[in-house]
Amino acid sequence: MSETTVRPGQEHYVAPLDTTPLAAVDAVDESTPSASLWGDAWKQLRRRPLFIVPSLIIVLLVVVALFPSLFTSVNPRYQELARALEGGSQGHPLGFTRLGTDVYARLVHGARASISVGLLTTAIVVVVGGVVGALAGFFGGWIDALLSRLVDMFFALPLILGAIVMLQALQGRNVWTVALTLSLFGWPQVARIMRSSVLQVRGNEYVTAAKSLGLGRFSTLARHVLPNALGPVIVIATISLGTFIAAEATLSFLGIGLPSSVVSWGGDISNAVPSVRTDPWILLWPSIALSVTVLSFLMLGDALRDALDPKGRTR
Amino acid sequence: MGWYIGRRLLQMVPVFFGATLLIYALVFLLPGDPILALFGERPASPAAVAELRDRYNLDEPFIVQYLLFIKGIFTLDFGESFSGRPVIEQLAEAFPVTIKLALIALAIEAVFGIAFGFLAGLRRGGLFDSTVLFLSLVVIGIPVFVLGFTAQYLFGVKWGVVDPTVGGDPSFTELLLPGAVLGALSFAYVLRLTRNSVAEALSADHVRTATAKGLARPRVVTVHVLRNSLIPVVTFLGADLGALMGGALVTEGIFNVPGVGRLLYQAVIRSEGPTVVSVVTVLVLVYLLANLVVDLLYAVLDPRIRYV
Repeated sequence: MSETTVRPGQEHYVAPLDTTPLAAVDAVDESTPSASLWGDAWKQLRRRPLFIVPSLIIVLLVVVALFPSLFTSVNPRYQELARALEGGSQGHPLGFTRLGTDVYARLVHGARASISVGLLTTAIVVVVGGVVGALAGFFGGWIDALLSRLVDMFFALPLILGAIVMLQALQGRNVWTVALTLSLFGWPQVARIMRSSVLQVRGNEYVTAAKSLGLGRFSTLARHVLPNALGPVIVIATISLGTFIAAEATLSFLGIGLPSSVVSWGGDISNAVPSVRTDPWILLWPSIALSVTVLSFLMLGDALRDALDPKGRTR
Repeated sequence: MGWYIGRRLLQMVPVFFGATLLIYALVFLLPGDPILALFGERPASPAAVAELRDRYNLDEPFIVQYLLFIKGIFTLDFGESFSGRPVIEQLAEAFPVTIKLALIALAIEAVFGIAFGFLAGLRRGGLFDSTVLFLSLVVIGIPVFVLGFTAQYLFGVKWGVVDPTVGGDPSFTELLLPGAVLGALSFAYVLRLTRNSVAEALSADHVRTATAKGLARPRVVTVHVLRNSLIPVVTFLGADLGALMGGALVTEGIFNVPGVGRLLYQAVIRSEGPTVVSVVTVLVLVYLLANLVVDLLYAVLDPRIRYV
């Protein structure tokens, strides 16, 4: 991004004719496909294992979350206390929990809680944080000052601590309330990223061009600034999705996340703790599922970051 | 410089009041009876409810309630836990332990994070770099309570290298494993930050100049590259000290370290609302203070900041 010098009495930089030889412009072959940021990114991504592997895992997880009955026919809530802590057997590959429920069935059914909390929270956070950040960055002035202080206030409360305070005072916890709580403390980060990204894009020549051609402020924001400022937000949203899943599990583990009536990995880990010294494998399975899920979103975010940042690209 | 400090302190004021107002509003303005919610699942006797309504001034208008809460913070009056002990007394006992634990975690993440990040950054794109980057992602991906239980099981139970849980008044060696678990996440962040920072500094003009005028590679790399690329790392570490206090919640709960985190952990498990609110408020204040100190430190380390 080159700084342009503005001469006195001239609001916007206009390139002198001799520095833009028209021949060079004419020489561009119109039939070549345009290399857009997203096109470039996709071309690079589809060859990278760091992108392919987590994508496949995430697709599998979504399928498991949507149709758990495809993977197991055992009821995850059915207790056979006589078989508590029993090892794997025919029809019950991973054995039984301390309460006599099937470990594998709970593993499969637990995916839904994690995925839905993660997706819901991320959706809310991206919309709220995105709007606040975009308005603050694009309009600047007192709007920016006001919104930025608001963001600072929420940012001062660490995610888990804020969620603990709110959830322990809340009655009737479910996927929605947990997602809303996490969103309440998660949106400032997206807002900050969106704001700085919009600030960067706002100074570009094509935005100036759109403005000087008479496009309204909101149309400029929606059609020219937002699409180009979205990259970093998508990266942080992907990574946050993993963070929110981990946060939900931590809260459920502490006993103030999802109630025990919801099958969730965090709750299962918490239930397996008393028998960790004798039967660590019950704790192991939901832990592995949780870690692999979180890791997949982190890896995907990392791959997206590399692909969307042309400067850091290794040629 | 004085102007910068003044402006930064002024910015703290709305954030402080906003954050405390937020905590307070979350607990006392949510739908439902806040006092009954503070009792959690347990039955509440009318006498206890009346006592709590009085203690939290719930019959006053909201803004008066909040101002009295702020007054409580400034006079270090955080109320009592359900067992009748003043929360400030429990905090005074627990804080030194948590600070010790956080410092151990900080030392571990600083030493290993900077060392690995530096080596990875020097050979960006190499085998060591890719391996370390991937492993750091794995560390970030494993939730801290999973990591904690795994470490506790392997080192404490299976191999018996250390005691699985820490007792009262823990010694330095006892805190080593919890400290490592607590610092693991930030270790990965420090590593990645150092690596990017070093890789960037390697192509900076002043480094090319140093090489061009004939300085030996070790000197260029340590004096001109490492020192400059440590600025963002130092600021991260400073801010992290505040974050570690909050992160100690799960780690101290798992390893039974008698610090602030376990205080909060047990208050959450016993659903002792008033204690939770007080401890979180204190932790948020520590976090804000750490961030303030870091911002000021940043201005000292990097002269460019002061003139923006």
